[in-house]
Amino acid sequence: MSSTTQILMTSATGRATGTLLSIRNVAKQFGKNVVLRDISLKVAEGEFLTILGESGSGKTTLLRIIAGFENASAGEVWMGEERLDSQPPYRRRVNTVFQSYALFPHLTVQQNVAYGLRVARKPEPEIAARVSEALDKVKMSAHAKSKPSEISGGQQQRVALARALVNRPRLLLLDEPLSALDANLRRQMQVELKSLQREVGISFIFVTHDQEEAMVMSDRIALLRSGELEQVATPREIYGRPATAYAAQFIGHTNLLKCEIRAGLVRCGSLAWPANLPDGVALFSLRPENIRVAAPDAALAGRVCAPGKVLQQAFQGATELLRVECKNGLVLVVRTPAGAGALDNVELEFSPDDAVLVRESPERI
Amino acid sequence: MFSRAYKAAISLPPLLWVASFLLLPYLLMFCYSFWSVSAAQTIVHSWNFANYRQLLWVDVYWQTLLRSMWIAARVTFFSLLLSFPLAYFLSFYAGARKDLLYQFVIIPLWVSYLVRAYAWKTILGSEGVLNTLLQYVHLTKHPLEFLLYSPFAVVLTLTHIYTPFAFLPIYAAMEHIPRNLVEASHDLGATPAQTFWKVIFPLSVPGVLAGATFAFVLSLGDFLAPLLLGGPSGIMISNIVVSLFGAAYNWPLGAAISLCMLVLVVSLLFFSERLEKKWSIS
Repeated sequence: MSSTTQILMTSATGRATGTLLSIRNVAKQFGKNVVLRDISLKVAEGEFLTILGESGSGKTTLLRIIAGFENASAGEVWMGEERLDSQPPYRRRVNTVFQSYALFPHLTVQQNVAYGLRVARKPEPEIAARVSEALDKVKMSAHAKSKPSEISGGQQQRVALARALVNRPRLLLLDEPLSALDANLRRQMQVELKSLQREVGISFIFVTHDQEEAMVMSDRIALLRSGELEQVATPREIYGRPATAYAAQFIGHTNLLKCEIRAGLVRCGSLAWPANLPDGVALFSLRPENIRVAAPDAALAGRVCAPGKVLQQAFQGATELLRVECKNGLVLVVRTPAGAGALDNVELEFSPDDAVLVRESPERI
Repeated sequence: MFSRAYKAAISLPPLLWVASFLLLPYLLMFCYSFWSVSAAQTIVHSWNFANYRQLLWVDVYWQTLLRSMWIAARVTFFSLLLSFPLAYFLSFYAGARKDLLYQFVIIPLWVSYLVRAYAWKTILGSEGVLNTLLQYVHLTKHPLEFLLYSPFAVVLTLTHIYTPFAFLPIYAAMEHIPRNLVEASHDLGATPAQTFWKVIFPLSVPGVLAGATFAFVLSLGDFLAPLLLGGPSGIMISNIVVSLFGAAYNWPLGAAISLCMLVLVVSLLFFSERLEKKWSIS
């Protein structure tokens, strides 16, 4: 089950750019516990790549291997022509923003930001200029003389970011940097972080378990599950064309249809549509918003239609979420624009193009 | 939540204890230090500063006090020299053996002080283990006399005894340093040596101060090690106090010296706590 990953080398602007980091067949195990299996991934210059996964998926371990805090059990990490994984963390041109920020508690904000430049023995005037520039960029100049314990979580977050960026790394690693913030601040920081990344043009590898966050911020998402890559693609592609059942379910909501294909016809309960696929059993993902409630007997050519009975109707503001039972007991979740009132018997319809064939995601230990 | 009567009832025993076994004795000592002894060997309750004057003007007293401080300073230095690297190694590099090694540091504390002091006597004596060995391998012809009954023996023994006391607070401080700070330092390009001096050492300073205070205060007041191993040249101020309260029967002078030591130690504790607070991060 090795992950064959389709690699799109496009930056935010859609312009093809060079590879900055390449992870080649990296694996990691702690004792008998396999955390990462045969991971291959490339990160382009200036790209915002998100490693998305549930807790225990190995995403933080992968980040720590890139930073140099863990050694890979197998595989290589390259940055351009330079092999990274044989070097200690302090020689890598990679900086990390830690989940808990890891600011030095005995140093002021300013001294924290200056740390990397001081240990690199840069001349003092240069340090002063770059530190104040970095603090300006994250709007923390007013707190330059404060200790980390005297500022809020969101402010500590900005300082951690400035402390990493001031060194002008080629790659910035961010380990769930927003998870400690409350929802409002979090959304605000997502936008700020993304625009900061565009501005500085440094490649970001961002680790999160929050699929919405991943969608909002990333150029590409690498979806990790139990130590293997499920899919690496742009947010639009991973949402519209999920490769696996897991990807379809983890990113957004979906209806997973277990279908039988026979003689070019896909069948699932009372639904049927033509497809040029070999005979057998297959899984299809059908997003709730791709199913429409149609006027009765208004079937359009080329669309799949099915009558159904509404079991549940949940009003969610702009949209309503329906649970509709079709014939043969098949239940579909449907998202429709918020309508006039209660629905009972409805006619559902969707385009066969929106039913995406997905691989099964077998259980892994 | 609790009634006043209940609070009073539970705080009474400790208050009584402190009053009768701490405050009262100190008060008595304070009074004694201004009294004097008559020619007929009775305590005269006449208030004057004669004892304090004697402490400052009679060479043996202030010299012994200074020497005691010098011994305590050396004990502190060597205790820190031993315990800091030990604590650093245990906290950062011992891995799975950490708990076992920690126990090895603690175990000597279970052994009686006297046993440990006597052990050094058998090691350092002229017929002792060390001298026998040195003569056996023909490094020396005669037993080395300076080994026992000397300030050297006192410093050595006290260092052995008080090193765990210096170790414990340093180790505790290091255990409290979040490990991601070390990772952050490496991440920002600092070598292990730079990380040690810029992160680990500054954050363990409060522990070092506490450990140094323990070692200094405890060894300054020690009288058994100098009694057993010090000889005439290794005598410390507490030995003088002991003899003043005993054979010499000069309680007023003994009380005056004790009070001076008390003031010294309390002010030391005060300053070290101030320093610790200044260095510690909340």
